Amino acid sequence: MWRWVRQQLGFDPPHQSDTRTIYIANRFPQNGLYTPQKFIDNRIISSKGYEDWLRHNSDNEVNGAPVYVVRSGGLVKTRSKNIRVGDIVRIAKDEIFPADLVLLSSDRLDGSCHVTTASLDGETNLKTHVAVPETAVLQTVASLDTLIAVIECQQPEADLYRFMGRMIITQQMEEIVRPLGPESLLLRGARLKNTKEIFGVAIYTGMETKMALNYKSKSQKRSAVEKSMNTFLIIYLIILISEAIISTILKYTWEAEEKWDEPWYNQKTEHQRNSSKILRFISDFLAFLVLYNFIIPISLYVTVEMQKFLGSFFIGWDLDLYHEESGQKAQVNTSDLNEELGQVEYVFTDKTGTLTENEMQFRECSINGIKYQEINGRLVSEGPTPDSSEGSLSYLNSLSHLNNLSHLTTSSFRTSPENETELIKEHNLFFKAVSLCHTVQISNVQTDGIGDGPWQSNFAPSQLEYYASSPDEKALVEAAARIGIVFVGNSEETMEVKTLGKLERYKLLHILEFDSDRRRMSVIVQAPSGEKLLFAKGAESSILPKCVGGEIEKTRIHVDEFALKGLRTLCMAYKQLTSKEYEEIDRRLFEARTALQQREEKLADVFQFIEKDLILLGATAVEDRLQDRVRETIEALRMAGIKVWVLTGDKHETAVSVSLSCGHFHRTMNILELINQKSDSECAEQLRQLARRITEDHVIQHGLVVDGTSLSLALREHEKLFMEVCRNCSAVLCCRMAPLQKAKVIRLIKISPEKPITLAVGDGANDVSMIQEAHVGIGIMGKEGRQAARNSDYAIARFKFLSKLLFVHGHYYYIRIATLVQYFFYKNVCFITPQFLYQFYCLFSQQTLYDSVYLTLYNICFTSLPILIYSLLEQHIDPHVLQSKPTLYRDISKNRQLSIKTFLYWTILGFSHAFIFFFGSYFLIGKDISLLGNGQMFGNWTFGTLVFTVMVITVTVKMALETHFWTWINHLVTWGSIVFYFIFSLFYGGILWPFLGSQNMYFVFIQLLSSGSAWFAIIIMVVTCLFLDIVKKVFDRQLHPTNTEKAQLTETNSSIKCLDSMCCFSEGETACASVGRMLERVVGRCSPTHVSRSWSASDPFYTNDRSILTLSTMDSSTC
Amino acid sequence: MAMNYNAKDEVDGGPPCAPGATAKNRRPDNTAFKQQRLPAWQPILTAGTVLPTFFIIGLIFIPIGIGIFVTSNNIREIEIDYTGTDPSSPCNKCLSPNVTPCICTINFTLEQSFEGNVFMYYGLSNFYQNHRRYVKSRDDSQLNGDSGALLNPSKECEPYRRNEDKPIAPCGAIANSMFNDTLELFLVGNESYPTPIPLKKKGIAWWTDKNVKFRNPPGDQSLEERFKGTTNPVNWVKPVYMLDSEPDNNGFINEDFIVWMRTAALPTFRKLYRLIERKSDLHPTLPAGRYYLNITYNYPVHSFDGRKRMILSTISWMGGKNPFLGIAYIAIGSISFLLGVVLLVINHKYRNSSNTADITI
Repeated sequence: MWRWVRQQLGFDPPHQSDTRTIYIANRFPQNGLYTPQKFIDNRIISSKGYEDWLRHNSDNEVNGAPVYVVRSGGLVKTRSKNIRVGDIVRIAKDEIFPADLVLLSSDRLDGSCHVTTASLDGETNLKTHVAVPETAVLQTVASLDTLIAVIECQQPEADLYRFMGRMIITQQMEEIVRPLGPESLLLRGARLKNTKEIFGVAIYTGMETKMALNYKSKSQKRSAVEKSMNTFLIIYLIILISEAIISTILKYTWEAEEKWDEPWYNQKTEHQRNSSKILRFISDFLAFLVLYNFIIPISLYVTVEMQKFLGSFFIGWDLDLYHEESGQKAQVNTSDLNEELGQVEYVFTDKTGTLTENEMQFRECSINGIKYQEINGRLVSEGPTPDSSEGSLSYLNSLSHLNNLSHLTTSSFRTSPENETELIKEHNLFFKAVSLCHTVQISNVQTDGIGDGPWQSNFAPSQLEYYASSPDEKALVEAAARIGIVFVGNSEETMEVKTLGKLERYKLLHILEFDSDRRRMSVIVQAPSGEKLLFAKGAESSILPKCVGGEIEKTRIHVDEFALKGLRTLCMAYKQLTSKEYEEIDRRLFEARTALQQREEKLADVFQFIEKDLILLGATAVEDRLQDRVRETIEALRMAGIKVWVLTGDKHETAVSVSLSCGHFHRTMNILELINQKSDSECAEQLRQLARRITEDHVIQHGLVVDGTSLSLALREHEKLFMEVCRNCSAVLCCRMAPLQKAKVIRLIKISPEKPITLAVGDGANDVSMIQEAHVGIGIMGKEGRQAARNSDYAIARFKFLSKLLFVHGHYYYIRIATLVQYFFYKNVCFITPQFLYQFYCLFSQQTLYDSVYLTLYNICFTSLPILIYSLLEQHIDPHVLQSKPTLYRDISKNRQLSIKTFLYWTILGFSHAFIFFFGSYFLIGKDISLLGNGQMFGNWTFGTLVFTVMVITVTVKMALETHFWTWINHLVTWGSIVFYFIFSLFYGGILWPFLGSQNMYFVFIQLLSSGSAWFAIIIMVVTCLFLDIVKKVFDRQLHPTNTEKAQLTETNSSIKCLDSMCCFSEGETACASVGRMLERVVGRCSPTHVSRSWSASDPFYTNDRSILTLSTMDSSTC
Repeated sequence: MAMNYNAKDEVDGGPPCAPGATAKNRRPDNTAFKQQRLPAWQPILTAGTVLPTFFIIGLIFIPIGIGIFVTSNNIREIEIDYTGTDPSSPCNKCLSPNVTPCICTINFTLEQSFEGNVFMYYGLSNFYQNHRRYVKSRDDSQLNGDSGALLNPSKECEPYRRNEDKPIAPCGAIANSMFNDTLELFLVGNESYPTPIPLKKKGIAWWTDKNVKFRNPPGDQSLEERFKGTTNPVNWVKPVYMLDSEPDNNGFINEDFIVWMRTAALPTFRKLYRLIERKSDLHPTLPAGRYYLNITYNYPVHSFDGRKRMILSTISWMGGKNPFLGIAYIAIGSISFLLGVVLLVINHKYRNSSNTADITI
């Protein structure tokens, strides 16, 4: 009564050196091969604790999901993380597989089940998986107990579609070996559909599942700003060390002379005298390092983290990024990359579900050379039809009329059927073909409301839910149903079609499955009348050449017209088979299908033989509706200097047509193609030709179309050439891409010489690797599960939100953090340079200029808040201007605000300010004159405090100069910081601190403030410092204004005055109460509810300056 | 009327929460803060806005500068170097350590009379009171009269902490090196007798230092008793309780001592030595004429190339004589004014072009 399944080593595959052994465990837990379920590996414990915590929560949800495992002859409920390799797991309908399972049995007799892998590869169709016949009969827990089997299979690998193994079943002392292929493997992450329950053996769990292997390990992404921050840090480290070295050397040159080293008034202790020279040298060097270490802004890192964390909330809070229909707001998973959103140079986007809604809709068709449009469930012919347009139309009307009736009164009508059949023979056949030639599944779900099948149809007539292997098929079948030919179901052998309420049974004889080489599929059915028909459906390039009859030329024209509209087209054809023909077909098919060798080739031959001499019925055009404002968004991205690449798994034609319709490709563009390359040399030749065309063709813009296979060829040997071509193309479209290929393309761009910043947008699990590879990964919270959203850095509901995310949030975050970083370095240079200069006046004795409490609190209290608030709230330009003028994005491209030039400017500014503080104070006391009205003298601590006071004020006011957006919070922290410094200093110097050893600062600050000259000196020094900066700013703006500065000017006449901005908060209202009537104006203007936000949504995407002006004045007048 | 307005404001200007916020749970709040729409003043530094500032700065700073400059110029100051390195100097003899005590006299003439209170400073050069080892070398709790620290001074005072197993009071290098020259000033009048100028030795230290920070050890006994168990700094001749005859200027609260203990910022420094109070409004405090300075030369500065000076100075409300501040104000004011003019020209010249120039795309 025991059973486990052992597993053995030594199974072949040539490129797989080892296989794994699997024990099916119903009873005993195993020792080996235990892989804990861990969803996404997030081991790095960092400051991103909060985000990690969120992520872990969702991991835990998956890990902790209850599953039923067969143990001890019964079902045991456990958590999915406890599943071990070899466990038999029971999965019920609509559950997600917790591990990679080999199907043992389902509730069906044939051991088949349906699954959807939408969250894995983005394919939303139902896939049929079958169990080995020997195990398929074991449908109960009890019967499973009798199973003795061994599974041998490959070691885990990432390819979703490859699986090889075999199962050795011991039955009645006899070993039966059954091959296992992908069709018996149920992948973790897929969902069971249309099947009550299944049993399966877990063969890969946890991180070994194919899904997990397909995730690239989550690496920590670092933004460009962080990188340049580190560069600056190194520069400052060099400054620090060289300052320390200079100081140490100078110290020893001074000390060479006895009179400076040890004058009579300042003797050393014995210990100091006797210590070794080298030790003294080292300790002196270290002492200088300690003295100057504040030049390295350690608090910068804390502030940056805080800014990123707090700042990222604004994305989630943004109503403009909130999608009303789905109730989804933007999500930030990695706040580390906020500023990277302002640096994007390449956007890689998935197509289906990202650019499009992923909702196929039947739009038009061409039947027998006549074009029709579907309008409200009726076919309306388009344009003049050569003959009998009247009749055709009237038929259509009546048909749809009947159709409508059928909705209401089921099948209780009957109107001159013979008339109809005559009139609409072609249409009838066409739609029969549509409703028969497909692999659509039906599930008669009694609206259980789960609705996770993306293609579930929700149209009323029959309460049918269609599941299709492709959304197009579903759309077609639905369309046929709307027209009146309703596919109501298929059982094993028959397909039932209700034509105008009349049920017809077609015997399904053969299905010639779709494959991507043939690019068509066919069915052979036996009509109720007994005749055998073949219906074929496929891309026009694969159907039309096979046709011998029908309106081929007209249809071809129509198909082209459809494609131009960005519709996805399919052609339908049929063929009547004589019973003799059918017999041969049947025989040959059977032979091919049962062939043991070269089955595929033989099948292909047979299909070739069958699908010929067709009669064309017509063509269909299905629209995958583009998302809202995709065209505008892409256009805006392009204006912002961002290159857009569309990476899709779709076929070439569809991809091109969607690209055209979404504005990715223009009609005026010269479209270059690199497709269907089979060999290296061919590919290289083609590339060279393209490169030549780019230089020769005098077209402004080029677009490039590449497909997956050509791409991998191009990347293997001719990377440089390919990149060259790509860089010269303003739009690139890659079709037929595998998920990892997408990631590879991005990596290639990332490591190209310019090191551009890349952004990837996608919605499906197939986009995850690309999202993780790109510098910034954006997930669209679409219909295909939440994998992409969960693995992305930012998740948004719609593609169009990208423009606000990049142009407004990205721009702001970049400006904010760039200023934050520069300012931090600046203020620390200001801080420590006087200290360095002071060493020249104190014999390099490491005497500090400032009191130790000031040293500590400078970065923590006196100067930290204004910059933090600035970095959270700053808006140097109005957000609407930013969004309507994407070109402004170019102003910050290439990390411009953190370029070496600006960095030098800030550093030099810092040094010059430091010189002004120090030498200003130095010359003020001149020959050490008294600064007090009573003739008394100041000491070194007062001198330092004077420098420090000037510094705190200057540095704070410098921040104020940088601030373009003064809310009451800015006012509070800016002026508050200065006030706090004064209050603190008064307090600190006001008492003798009992626990402090030295009372250096006692009354120093108060004495300083009692000196008139000190006040005047503070004022003049602060003014002088800022003078430099203001002059530079004003002249820059006047003589070489940047676009950003011009844009700022266009909105200067907007509303709020300084005073108003201070009075706009609750305390302010009381404070301003005395201002009486002005208060009313102020509060009226400032109350946020008055500010109309409607126009941000309603105003046209591109507004010229004038409209901005009028809008902003309107804005101010409303509040 | 005002009441009305206030009531209304509270209604619609109250908590910044829009009505739509409650519609759906996940919908972000439509508040000004969360939507980054806080009312804000958006200043932009353009030539237009900065121009007036430049002119205003110019117009304010130049008069202030002139005022300060004139004030500083009205201050009388005379500085007399009595180091004696020059062989012709009367104090030259005191450079050799053999002559003790050494008294030398230096004559000088005041061309103009000094009005109002006159302040007498001594100045030292090349004396690094700001050396780290020196600055640290003191014990503030001992100086504050703490009896524990009196007998067990802080380690910072090393090597001036103990002398022959007795704690030094006051300990440390600063106290040990206290300035000990005595300066006396005489007016050589028309009569044959030179008149001594009365020098006031109180009021030269910060009030808080004298009354709070520096305190003698507590007790009712004599000062000598209170300092019992301590010894004087090695360089001192007298113990600390014999610095002055007056009890309120003796011990740690001796003002010469307190002044010395406030370490100077730079190696060339002055310290207030004595006050010469004006006698009446009619007579100048120090009339023009010949004076001589009587120096008891004790303090050696020769070893470190130091200089010793005696400075007489009057004081304005803003301190001693220093033209720097006035010049700085005048300079910045003028530059500001000039730049204003330049900007005005530029602004005028570029106005048309900058106004019409649109954003280039």
